[in-house]
Amino acid sequence: MSTSDSDPRLYENALEQTEDHAPGDEPPEEGSHWVRNANLGLGFSIVLTVAAFLLAGSDVIYEPAIPVALIVLAIAQMGVHLVFFLHITTGPDNTNNVLALAFGLLVVFVVVIGSVWIMSHLNQNMMPMDQLMKMQP
Amino acid sequence: MSYKGLPASLEAIRRVREDPHRLGHRAHAPGEPIEGAGHGTTGPASKRIIVGYGFWIFLLSDIVIFSCFFAAFAVQRNATAGGPTMAEIVEIDRLAWQTALLLLSSYACMLGFAATQVRNRLWTQVFLAITGLLGLGFLLLEMQEFIELAERGFTPQRSGMLTAFFGLVGLHGVHVGVGGLWLGTMMAQVQVKGFRREIVHRLICFNLFWHALDIVWIGIFTIVYLIPSIP
Repeated sequence: MSTSDSDPRLYENALEQTEDHAPGDEPPEEGSHWVRNANLGLGFSIVLTVAAFLLAGSDVIYEPAIPVALIVLAIAQMGVHLVFFLHITTGPDNTNNVLALAFGLLVVFVVVIGSVWIMSHLNQNMMPMDQLMKMQP
Repeated sequence: MSYKGLPASLEAIRRVREDPHRLGHRAHAPGEPIEGAGHGTTGPASKRIIVGYGFWIFLLSDIVIFSCFFAAFAVQRNATAGGPTMAEIVEIDRLAWQTALLLLSSYACMLGFAATQVRNRLWTQVFLAITGLLGLGFLLLEMQEFIELAERGFTPQRSGMLTAFFGLVGLHGVHVGVGGLWLGTMMAQVQVKGFRREIVHRLICFNLFWHALDIVWIGIFTIVYLIPSIP
């Protein structure tokens, strides 16, 4: 490890409580902590993925509800990845990360839902294609 | 006595010698802001936090780009122009294999970072290599899919839906490919330079990138493949 850093915290291990943490990072922890997180994340992900694949090809639940169920499973799995793989928590040391994530999600929802919404209305208001063709000179 | 001009490490040693218990710097109460934590007026956060946080911002902007491609696909999903529908080109078996490979690759990546945390070079390299091989397997399956589609005449020019499909899935594939190149250079850097501070920072960023790709893939296999394939 490089010593080219005069960060005084290098010599001080009692003051870790309110420090910030970047996503994917943790306060100094043993390797076993990371392995446990990885195992939990993998376990939950496998359950959710298998559930999604099984649901898609079955009629266990009310059929028109299957797409919604798949989306719910996908969002749940994204949450699992965020918590166990990216180490996003609700703790005070993660405020910045969560705020950035919240803004990112806002933009994503505006782009996706806004596009679908606007384009579906445009489609409805559009003149049928054959009439449009007749108007061409 | 002036210590101006000394290297930063000597400066740190001087501080510790002069004030071993940091009495001059310690926060006054448990709730007080701490130097290097980036809170209040205590000065900048440590490099590790800044690097990780900056990369997090980049990843979120990358996810916004993906969301534009998702929006394009959602709008174009029925624009088949007499060509194939998604239901006709989905192959569930290959999709399941791709998903499994990418998930296990994310898992191996995390185990690799666990090894990095305890500064074990051998296992870091082993898990990085496994990560890369699983990612490569994913890419090969995706290329096989694209080639088979092209052989049936289903190219991006065929319909608006296929344009959006190849754009979105291809963009993810490009990300996995570029991530693989990054992974290769990280393995070389870990081997040659060891666990220097900046190398560990790069490994943090690589981990974030790889997990984010898996998150995007969850959206792709659900919205692009599974939902249209419902009979």
